[in-house]
Amino acid sequence: MTDLAFDVAHLLGALVLTLSFALLYQRRLTTAINVVAMQAATLAAAAAWQAVTRDSPHLFATAAIALIFKAAAVPLLLHWLIRRLNISGTVEPVFGVTLTMGLGVGITGLAILLVLPITAGETLLLREDLAFALAVTLIGPLLMIARRNAVIQVVGFMSMENGLILAAVGVKGMPLVVEASVAFSVMIATFIFGVFFFHIRERFDSLDVSRLEEMQGERHG
Amino acid sequence: MTPLLVVLGVPAGAAIVLAFISQWRLAAWLNVAASAATFAAAATLFVAERPEPGHLLLVDDFNIYLIALTAFVALTTAVFSASYIAHEVRRRRLTPRLLRFYHAMYQAFIGSMLMALSADNLGLMWVAVEGATLSTALMVSLYRTPAAIEAAWKYFILCGVGIALALFGTMLMYLAAQPALGEGMAAVTWSTLMAHAADFDPALLNVAFVFLLVGYGTKVGLAPFHAWLPDAHAEGPTPISAVLSGLLLNVALYAVLRFKMLLAANPQALAPGPLMIGMGLLSLSLAALMLYRRRDIKRLFAYSSIEHMGIAAFAFGMGGPLANFAGLLHMTMHSLVKAAIFFTVGHVSQVKGTQRIADISGLTTSHPALGWSLVAGVVAIAGLPPFGVFTSEFLVVSSTFARQPLLALPVAVGLLVGFGALLLRLHQLAFGPPSPNARVGGRTVPTLSLLPIWLHLALALVAGIYLPAPLVAWFQSVARLLG
Repeated sequence: MTDLAFDVAHLLGALVLTLSFALLYQRRLTTAINVVAMQAATLAAAAAWQAVTRDSPHLFATAAIALIFKAAAVPLLLHWLIRRLNISGTVEPVFGVTLTMGLGVGITGLAILLVLPITAGETLLLREDLAFALAVTLIGPLLMIARRNAVIQVVGFMSMENGLILAAVGVKGMPLVVEASVAFSVMIATFIFGVFFFHIRERFDSLDVSRLEEMQGERHG
Repeated sequence: MTPLLVVLGVPAGAAIVLAFISQWRLAAWLNVAASAATFAAAATLFVAERPEPGHLLLVDDFNIYLIALTAFVALTTAVFSASYIAHEVRRRRLTPRLLRFYHAMYQAFIGSMLMALSADNLGLMWVAVEGATLSTALMVSLYRTPAAIEAAWKYFILCGVGIALALFGTMLMYLAAQPALGEGMAAVTWSTLMAHAADFDPALLNVAFVFLLVGYGTKVGLAPFHAWLPDAHAEGPTPISAVLSGLLLNVALYAVLRFKMLLAANPQALAPGPLMIGMGLLSLSLAALMLYRRRDIKRLFAYSSIEHMGIAAFAFGMGGPLANFAGLLHMTMHSLVKAAIFFTVGHVSQVKGTQRIADISGLTTSHPALGWSLVAGVVAIAGLPPFGVFTSEFLVVSSTFARQPLLALPVAVGLLVGFGALLLRLHQLAFGPPSPNARVGGRTVPTLSLLPIWLHLALALVAGIYLPAPLVAWFQSVARLLG
C-alpha cells in the first residue's frame, strides 16, 4: 500500500472518530443529526477510498448506502420528524459534558489498548482502523446512555453502526459487508418508524425517555 | 426440494400471504396451518438426507433438535393464539387491522428463528437474529399502551446495541479465522470454522468471544443485560411472551454455544466456561430474589425465564458430557413448560381481566381445568419431580457437586429461593376464595385452547419419568460436540 493511500485512509478513519466526540457535546437535536450525517458521509468516503485502493468494487455499494441512506435520507427524515412532532430544540444531558468527554477519551484509550496487541500480525492500517472503529462503536452506546431522548438514541445507534461499518471495510476480504449495512439500514428505518408510529410525543408531550420511565410507578411491579 | 427449504420457505410465504388477509378468523387458522406445515417438514428432517455443508444452510445433530422444538412450539402457540386473539377482539383490545400485522409478524418471527438455527454462516445467522428482534419488538408494542411502547423501545435499544456488539465480535472471529482459511466465505462458515478452529489466532478468538457473549447474551436475557426481558414479556400479547421465552432465548443461547464450540476446539484459547458460569450464576441468583417482589403475573414468569436461562448457561459453562447433557435437556424442558405456563397465564389474565397477582385467587375453584393446569405448570417449572425440569436441574447440581462442590452451593441456594417464591405466588393464585371474573368472557375457556397446555406438560412429564434411549444417546452425542 502506498503512503498516500495509507495516509488518506488513516485520516478518514480518524475523522469518523473525531465526529463521534463532536456528537458527545451537542445539546441541540438538529446539530446532532447534522453531525451524524457528516460522520456517515466521511464513512462513505472511507469506504470508497478502500474500494479504489484495494480494488474491491463491492465496497462502492457500502459507500453508496452510507451516502444516500445514512448521510441524506435518514437525517432528512429525522429533521422532518422533529418538526412534525414539534420537539423542542435542546436536550439536557444526564451527566455533564466534561464527564461524558472524559469517558469518551477513556473508551478510545481502552479500544486502542485492546485492539493493538491482539492484531499484531495484521497490517498497520487495519490495526488502527479497527481501534478507531471500536472506539466509535462504544461511544455510540455512551451517547445513548448520556441523553435520555429517543431521537438522540437513534443518532447514537447510527453512530455505533458507522463504527461497525468502518471496521468492516477495513478488514481485508470481509464478506457480507454490503449485506450487513443493508440489514442495519432496515434496523434504523424500523427505529424511526417506531418513534413516529408510537407517537411517543403525543402521549408524553416529550421524546424524553425518562418521562416514559415515570410510567413504571403506575405499573404492577 | 429439500425439507429444510420447506421449513424456511413456508413461514416466509405465509408471512407475505397473511399480510394481505384482513379476515382475522381465517388468518388465525391459516397461521395454524402454516405452522403445522412447517412442523411436518421439520419432522422429516430427521429422516431426510442432510444438505451438503458449505451452502449457507446446515443441519447437524446439534441444531436439528432445536429446529424441531422451535417448529413444534410455534405450532402449539399458533393454536393457543387463535383462541387468545378471539378473546382479545371481543374485549376490543385488538382491531382486525392490527391482527393482520400480528399474524404476518408471527410467521416472519418464526421464519427468522428457524433461519438463525439452520444458518451455516455467521453473517446469515446474525441477520436472522436481527430479523427476529425487529419482528418481536413490533409485536411487543401491539397493544399501544404507554407501558407496551416503553417495553418495545427498551427492547429495541438494548437488543440493538447487543446485536451491534455481536457483529463486531463476528468480524473479529473472521479476522481470527482468515489467516487459516483465507479471504472470503470460508472464514465465516460454521462447517469450515469448526474443522480448522485449532489453527486460529487465540488472542483474537478470546476477544471475539467476549463481544459475542455480551451481544448474543443480551438476547438470552443473561444478567446484567436482562433489563429488556421482563417488560417485553409482560406488555406484549401472551402468545408472543410464550415464543419469546420458549424459543427466542434458546436461539440466542444456541448462537453463544456455537461460538463456544470454536473456543473449545482451540487449545490455546481462553476457557469460555468461567465467563458463562459467572453470568449464569448472576442471572440465577438475581432472578430468584426478584421473583419475590413481582406483582404482575406475566412479569413473574419472565423473571423465572431469566433464572432458567442462567441455569442453562451455567451448565454449559461447566462443560463436560454430563453438564452439557443437563443443559440441553434443561433448554428443552424450559421451552415446553414455560410456553405451557404462558398459555395458562394468558387465559387466566383473560378470564380474570387483570394481570395483577393480588387480584387473582382461587383459580382451582372458579376454573378447575385452568387452575390445575397452572398448578401443574408451576410445580414443573419450580423443579419438582416427576417433571423433566427436575431431572435436568438435578443433573446440573449433582454434576457440579461432583467436580466443584463450592459452585454447587450457590446454584442450589438459587434454585431453592426461586422455588419458594413460585410456590408462594402459586398458593395465592390457585387456592383460597375465588376472585371475581372479568365481565366479558370470564366464565369458560374453550377446551381446544387447553390442549396445547396439556400436550406440553405431558411431554415434560414423560421426559421426567422416562427418557427414551435414542433421545439419550443423541443428547449425549451433542453434549460431546459441545466440549
